[in-house]
Amino acid sequence: MTPKPSLTERRRLSFAALSAAVLLLGVAPARAASVAVAVAANFTAPAKQLAAGFQQKTGDTVVLSFGASGNFFAQITQGAPYEVFLSADAKRPQTLAANGLGVAGSDFTYAIGKLVLWSAKPGVVDDQGKVLSTGKFTHIAIADPKTAPYGEAAVETLKALGVYDSVAPRIVTGESINQAYQFTASGNAELGFVALSQVIKSKTGSEWLVPQTLYKPIVQDAVLLKPGADDPAAKAFLAYLKTPAALAIIRSYGYATP
Amino acid sequence: MWPAVALSLELATVTTLLLLLLGVPLAWGLARARSWWGEALSALVALPLVLPPTVIGFYLLILLGPHGPLAPLLAHFGLRTLAFSFTGLVIGSVIYSLPFMVQPVRNAFRAIGTAPWEAALTLRAGPLDAFRAVALPLARGGIVTGAILSFAHTLGEFGVVLMIGGDIPGRTELLSIVIFNDVDTMQWSQAGVLAAGMAMFSFLVVLAVFLAEKRMARWRA
Repeated sequence: MTPKPSLTERRRLSFAALSAAVLLLGVAPARAASVAVAVAANFTAPAKQLAAGFQQKTGDTVVLSFGASGNFFAQITQGAPYEVFLSADAKRPQTLAANGLGVAGSDFTYAIGKLVLWSAKPGVVDDQGKVLSTGKFTHIAIADPKTAPYGEAAVETLKALGVYDSVAPRIVTGESINQAYQFTASGNAELGFVALSQVIKSKTGSEWLVPQTLYKPIVQDAVLLKPGADDPAAKAFLAYLKTPAALAIIRSYGYATP
Repeated sequence: MWPAVALSLELATVTTLLLLLLGVPLAWGLARARSWWGEALSALVALPLVLPPTVIGFYLLILLGPHGPLAPLLAHFGLRTLAFSFTGLVIGSVIYSLPFMVQPVRNAFRAIGTAPWEAALTLRAGPLDAFRAVALPLARGGIVTGAILSFAHTLGEFGVVLMIGGDIPGRTELLSIVIFNDVDTMQWSQAGVLAAGMAMFSFLVVLAVFLAEKRMARWRA
């Protein structure tokens, strides 16, 4: 049988536990902050790299959520707890900044996106996009034009080429540009209008970089949202997006930067 | 909005009819199975109850796609993929709603016991005759419950359809997808109408099942 600890011993033990707790509590405020960021699906890959770069630089963590810009907009109007919104358009961040859901004057352009007609198979898409009028394909994937700016740009392109009516029955709609990419990458759709950033690092497939004259520029704005208004880490993340290191990452995915 | 309602009703009807054809014999086999594999098969059939729709959607996307195991068979019919097609939605719905048909019917067959069945066989009825004239009428309550639940469950299907449907108006754009899109694009009044319709219909379905079960219990007593 182990001897019972004496009263002083017990006191000493509880004092040790207490001081450990105080020590832990004292350390807590120095812990790194975390920023919740809603990211338009087309920006998935660069956002991950940017988050890693930011984390390395500041020690603050970035929690990324990916989806269609329209979905995020609807969620933010209903009080979603995102602190920063990287949209695929300029209109939604401007609206949020104007109506008090975002911080007034905090919106700025972080990237200008490029639309690509892409196939997972080599030799399917020619460098003029003629496959749209002459090709024998059964499905072409686009993002939902109502919620995803890249889907809107795809419809504009088809209309500018005068092939919308013949292509429309073959359109399948992804809930975001990521699903449109997935439908095409899995081969279920032979063609897809995707973001250049999604295919720029892939070695296979065939693609046509859609000329800027065929669709309105996809100006992508960021905005500081109300839940992040007083969070230094959220502001630091937005500032980081304007640094030369961040701009280099963004450009490496095929985006233009302002 | 109305084409999506019609398409949802069509999908639910086709799925329920197919499940009656496939699910009732399957439930009969499972109810009479005595070995361990009967339970294993029952568990497999029940799997869609607990699996997230994304798992089923993911497997279907591969299974029905141009690189899937069905591709050679599809090529025979001049098809590349069954994703984005009504047929694909039917296949997904049959798998997804299978337990809603099989569970109640299997339980009903089990509740009958072996006595009526053996009596029929003693009276020189063939197995098929005995199944048609004895087992089916006695399990009527379970079959009705299974059909109603399968219909309602298919009508409310969302996750699987979102993953393999491609949102094509008139072909794969179902009621639940329209509600999802309406909410996303802030068309909340239309979303509200459809959502209220779905909620009311679902309530009536569950009520109908409960009333049917109560009637069956009284009829048995």
